[in-house]
Amino acid sequence: MLRFILSRFGQTLAVLFMASVIVFALMRLIPGDPVLMMLGDDFTQVAYERMKAQLGLDRPIVVQYVFWLRNVLQGDLGDSLLQHQRVSLLVWEAFQPTLVLVVASLIAGIVIAIPSGIVAAMRKDSAWDYGSMGFAILVYSMPSFWKGIILIWIFSVYFRWFPAMGYVAPWTDLGDSLWKLVLPAFTLGTFFSGLVARIVRSSLLEVLSADYIKAARAKGVRQAALVYRHALSNALIPVVTIIGLQFGALLGGAVLTETVFAIPGMGRLTVNAILNRDYAVVQGTILAGVLLVVVVNLLVDLTYAFLNPKIRMA
Amino acid sequence: MARQLDVECPPALETAPVVAPAGTGLRRWWRRFARNRGAVFGLVVLVLIVVASVFAPVLAPYDPLAQGVGPTLSGPSRAHWAGTDSFGRDMLSRIIFGARIALIVGVVSVVIAMIIGVSLGLAAGYYGGWLDAVVMRVMDGLFAFPIIILAIAMMAIMGFGVTNVIIAVAVGFIAPFARVTRADVLAVKEEPYIEAARLAGVSAPAIIARHVLPNVLAPIIVQAALRVSGAIITESGLSFLGLGPPPPTPVWGSMIAEGRNFIVMAPHVSTFPGIALMLAIVGLNLLGDGLRDTLDPRLRR
Amino acid sequence: MSAEILLDVRNLTVEFELDGTRLRAVDDVSFALRRGEIVGLVGESGAGKSLTSEAILRLIACPPGRVSGEVRFRGEDLLALDERALSRIRGKEIAMIFQNPGGSLNPVFRVGDQLHEAMALHLPGGRRTLRARAAEILTRVGIPSAATRAREYPHQFSGGMAQRVMIGMGMSCSPSLLIADEPTTALDVTIQAQVLALIRRLARESGAAVLLVSHDLGIISQMCDRVIVMYAGRVVEEAAIATVFHAPAHPYTRALVDCVPGAAGYTRLGTIGGVVPGLRALPPGCRFHPRCPVAAPRCSAENPTLRALADGHRVACHLAGDGLPVRRPA
Repeated sequence: MLRFILSRFGQTLAVLFMASVIVFALMRLIPGDPVLMMLGDDFTQVAYERMKAQLGLDRPIVVQYVFWLRNVLQGDLGDSLLQHQRVSLLVWEAFQPTLVLVVASLIAGIVIAIPSGIVAAMRKDSAWDYGSMGFAILVYSMPSFWKGIILIWIFSVYFRWFPAMGYVAPWTDLGDSLWKLVLPAFTLGTFFSGLVARIVRSSLLEVLSADYIKAARAKGVRQAALVYRHALSNALIPVVTIIGLQFGALLGGAVLTETVFAIPGMGRLTVNAILNRDYAVVQGTILAGVLLVVVVNLLVDLTYAFLNPKIRMA
Repeated sequence: MARQLDVECPPALETAPVVAPAGTGLRRWWRRFARNRGAVFGLVVLVLIVVASVFAPVLAPYDPLAQGVGPTLSGPSRAHWAGTDSFGRDMLSRIIFGARIALIVGVVSVVIAMIIGVSLGLAAGYYGGWLDAVVMRVMDGLFAFPIIILAIAMMAIMGFGVTNVIIAVAVGFIAPFARVTRADVLAVKEEPYIEAARLAGVSAPAIIARHVLPNVLAPIIVQAALRVSGAIITESGLSFLGLGPPPPTPVWGSMIAEGRNFIVMAPHVSTFPGIALMLAIVGLNLLGDGLRDTLDPRLRR
Repeated sequence: MSAEILLDVRNLTVEFELDGTRLRAVDDVSFALRRGEIVGLVGESGAGKSLTSEAILRLIACPPGRVSGEVRFRGEDLLALDERALSRIRGKEIAMIFQNPGGSLNPVFRVGDQLHEAMALHLPGGRRTLRARAAEILTRVGIPSAATRAREYPHQFSGGMAQRVMIGMGMSCSPSLLIADEPTTALDVTIQAQVLALIRRLARESGAAVLLVSHDLGIISQMCDRVIVMYAGRVVEEAAIATVFHAPAHPYTRALVDCVPGAAGYTRLGTIGGVVPGLRALPPGCRFHPRCPVAAPRCSAENPTLRALADGHRVACHLAGDGLPVRRPA
């Protein structure tokens, strides 16, 4: 287990390094001369040379990368051209609502998906099965931004049950926060549940046909305990992995959902930054997003290793 | 096993010989595919999209860019089956033309990603060594980026527009293709016929092209089918955010975005393009699932 | 020879619905077991013997399966019981062990816990008592360092060890019948003998009856008092072990015995030409007739029923007992 943890950590660092190189490369590929942009009307050749040296842009590209990396690791992501604030601060502020949304959607998704998958597996080929799997495919295929708009139309405008927009941090006001989170979390959560429900179903079906379930039944274990204790404890393990694999898609969906529900998260920050050519902010949010995805994957892998005795005891 | 009684190899119940219908492999595959109603629906949807794209100028009742052909924001009527938008443009025509962009972006980006990704996967898998390590590290790095975020980053560099969307989405999908291909190549590499070809002196590229590639093709096709829907969703998402083809190009994503402002008084402006998009995605996903169930040998139990 | 009849299987039939066709894997099987007997159920793979044994405890998924007939255990028809009553019998009165011992244990639970569960379901006693018993049982089946190993997971056990655990688990509630479905097929030859000896010892000690299912007539000959021979879903012969080896009446049984090297002094290994028929292509009349060396025209027309040839010896063959040569010439 220890070896597994260490190797996964090593892998994570390698991926982060590679991703940072990619981000650096992408940022360097942006057309236009940043020095020119910053000097604007104050352009003189002397000022140009000076600023270029100041920014380290006259050094070889690898050295530039090292400087850049050093800054990033120290938390210095530059300043926003638009909002005249440190990027790291902006990203941190935007990160929280996104994280809250993602966590709420994860929970909503799992709460929907697991019972749905179980029912579908236990009543295979029945109306329940086709119904819940059909629903799963439907919500998984619906583009999240459109789903959000429709949900707003039905539940905010027509029924007036939930607000159409806005965000309140849970630590500020839990009740209000949850109320505002219902629609966005449901939008993203159903997307996630569509995927997971199908995996739960197929995983459970596979486990139920295993020899150890037959042997447990021969021991006298009753149906309920058979499914919820013996089968599920095996069937849910691969589901954990799926959560990790699909987290990237979830984050992508969050970007769109935030726009629809006016949640001041990383999605909105990124899109505004791009439309206004505030590249330092774009870089910051991308780095934050990638870091989140990689960390979540690491956590998922570690959880999997803990749950699976074959790896845990190794 | 001195006292074995199984002198012949009798079939157990589960492997009792199924009376296989006569016919070539293709026909047999089709019969199995056709039994999956969802997959057939998906195929129908795909055909509809292709037809709509190809024959858009003929099928669309109005010019999708022409403003004022009808009253603004009017609901479905006999003149305008899907109503009109805030510029008085016919929604149905715009939806039909929207299928064009969706299809082009979806297919072209996946094809590009497939060509690059599969080549990388073949090389990495077959040659192994440092090439494998380098390529897969880069792929791992790419994998850490959610597609939308990577696409946004690339749009930041390249600017907006259809071509750039295609490139951005394609780059995002290279990594999955590379991984899937490589995994299968690693398995196929150990097969005896590869060894035989190598001993016979066939060059490595020829082995890859003639022996390895055909055997890893099935899962790749399945991946491709599944990714097309992802490409279309990503493109719609980008258009919705305003990062796609500029107005007045009829694209489902931006149409949905436009309609958002009028959701109360004219819900059809967002709803109909959304339904079209949803049908396309559902259909393509079902098609991909159907292909996977019939083509992926590992799943055939 | 009249110990009470423990298990009375009557007209057991198991059918499956696959892709629209109904396949009959076990066809009208009847036999009985007495208290303390060790009976072998023998036949090639696909003969339906595993399904027969699984049907006794109703372990077959229905749908797509369908089980009909009667399985009387101490007079009570198991096929008519509700789930709750059945679960009281499973593991307590009738226990079963399977072919794949490593796969029969839940991979995410500790071995000791699974053993404990087997007993907690049926026996009185608190956690500590039963856990102590679990460790005791592990020792009894020959697993060293029982207390430590009880805390381990199934993947840490070898095949032979795992099967010992299964045997211990099966016998833990002192059942009156142990069904062993190919218990040694997946094990090394050297381990096989040990496991079989363990089964025999534990059964004799507790007086339990054993239904041993196997394709290996050699194993059956070591362990069993009586043998039931199945072919293509039907019982073709039933006799005491000595009779089966020295005076088999059914041509199939004879051929099987000839396949066992050194069975009755023959030096040449026999073979049975042809293949066991698939369930979708069952021959009419006697199912063995296409492969039978002495088949008569009647055999392809009429299905022979089981009839008593002598005391304790039943055969399903038109030609048995009609003065046919009992042995094929070498």
